[in-house]
Amino acid sequence: MSKSKELNISSERLEYLNSMRIRRISTTVTQIFILLVFFILWEFLARFGFIDPFITSQPTRIVKTIINLYNEGQLFHHIAVTCLETFTGFLSGTILGTVIAVILWWSEFLSEVSEPYLVVLNSLPKIALGPIFIVWFGAGTTSIIVIALAVSLIVTILEVLNGFSSTDEEQIKLLKTFGANRLQTFTKVVFPSNLPVIINSLKINVGLSWVGVIVGEFLVSKAGLGYLIVYGGQVFRLDLVMASVVILCIAAGLMYKAVVILQKLLVKNHTKI
Amino acid sequence: MKDSAISYIVEIQNLGMNYQSPNGEIPAIDNITLNISKGEFICIVGPSGCGKSTLLSIIAGLLKPSRGSIRINGSCVSDTSAEVGYMLQKDYLFEWRTILQNVMLGLEIKKGISKKSREYVHNLLDTYGLIEFKDKYPSQLSGGMRQRAALIRTLALNPQILLLDEAFSALDYQTRLAVTDDIYSIIKKENKTAIMVTHDIAESISMADRVVVLTNRPTTVKSIYDILLTCDVRTPFTSREAPEFRHFFNTIWKELDVHV
Repeated sequence: MSKSKELNISSERLEYLNSMRIRRISTTVTQIFILLVFFILWEFLARFGFIDPFITSQPTRIVKTIINLYNEGQLFHHIAVTCLETFTGFLSGTILGTVIAVILWWSEFLSEVSEPYLVVLNSLPKIALGPIFIVWFGAGTTSIIVIALAVSLIVTILEVLNGFSSTDEEQIKLLKTFGANRLQTFTKVVFPSNLPVIINSLKINVGLSWVGVIVGEFLVSKAGLGYLIVYGGQVFRLDLVMASVVILCIAAGLMYKAVVILQKLLVKNHTKI
Repeated sequence: MKDSAISYIVEIQNLGMNYQSPNGEIPAIDNITLNISKGEFICIVGPSGCGKSTLLSIIAGLLKPSRGSIRINGSCVSDTSAEVGYMLQKDYLFEWRTILQNVMLGLEIKKGISKKSREYVHNLLDTYGLIEFKDKYPSQLSGGMRQRAALIRTLALNPQILLLDEAFSALDYQTRLAVTDDIYSIIKKENKTAIMVTHDIAESISMADRVVVLTNRPTTVKSIYDILLTCDVRTPFTSREAPEFRHFFNTIWKELDVHV
């Protein structure tokens, strides 16, 4: 079966497919290579005294720190705390932002009224509100989630609202010719045609939520990766700081990847023409 | 309920329309009076921006006229109704819906999905050769088939009157000729009354029973031509070969008085 298939492929096509595959493989290999070189060089320089591992740490020490954390039973506790806060902030930011965008799309009046407020809130560094949230919501997880929410909320509203209001007028006209009301217009065309926009704002929100959570943990926390980083910095244990950063990289990358997979599942047929 | 010979399906009386904008009032339609019989194919031509599309939107009930009245089957138009179907410049099939879901859109909105309407839509898809594509997505169809699917979406609500707003202008020339023939035969077969807006003089003569020429904005009816062509079976394609075709073309071209 596969043999007959191969026979049907022209040599030109085969050459093309081969070159595509080689390109793909060489990209991956180079990516891994750069990472390896970075860590090996780091280890080498630290081991032979070119840099001070007390200040820069070194890969083997990072691994040791992670294993220690694991043996103390703390590793997954810290990861879980941070991931849960991020996920909650991310989810609530996206849902609340989308809901507010829907309300503002629904009422042009409200949208016009809220515009200057959104502009100011968007340019305000949300981190500045951190101390206020801590006073209001207590020195704990709630405050951290609220900070993460605040960081991503306004961007989501602006992004999604912008998508909603740039829906093709002719597509809306089509629905009106069928006598559609505003709710039907929203559910049949405005929302589905903007699903890619919403998913795209998810991608931005993942990053922003991490920022919010880590800053929140810097300000007030008893656990989490941000806590480990701040604690490590204060007691000058750079191994702990670096180990936390490495774990953070992996967790953030995985979460981003999850959104990409979600995007592929949801927007199969959204090639806008 | 049979229409008597003298009553018209669409009666437009002294219709006028002004647009309001922050910069002032824009008169779009000055005065239009036009009667259309059942089963007629009317083409409206006029200079670009003269208010042709506005007229269609008013007939469809999407816009309220400033003055005058439109009656469909004797009753005044105040809102969109199932009696009038509208075809836009592009097919606007939704990429996230299958062909079947797309053609059911109007019924969904009108909450008119029943066993009977489902059967009717299936019949339309079957008759016009789209039944095997019903679970495909629009991007998998050719331009001509997409246009046909858009027509079926309009026909699904079984309107008596079809409004076509430059419905083929997004297609390339060859596809356009084929689709014109295709859509024309479907409209005639389903015995619909059609009002089509176009800027293509040849297209209007090839399809219409009557061509209505409009003036510049604010628009009025300049003249109306009964298109009588000698051909055995009339289709847009055979119309173009009729001996009178050139004559009509030249007359309407002069009537439009285009200056570059």
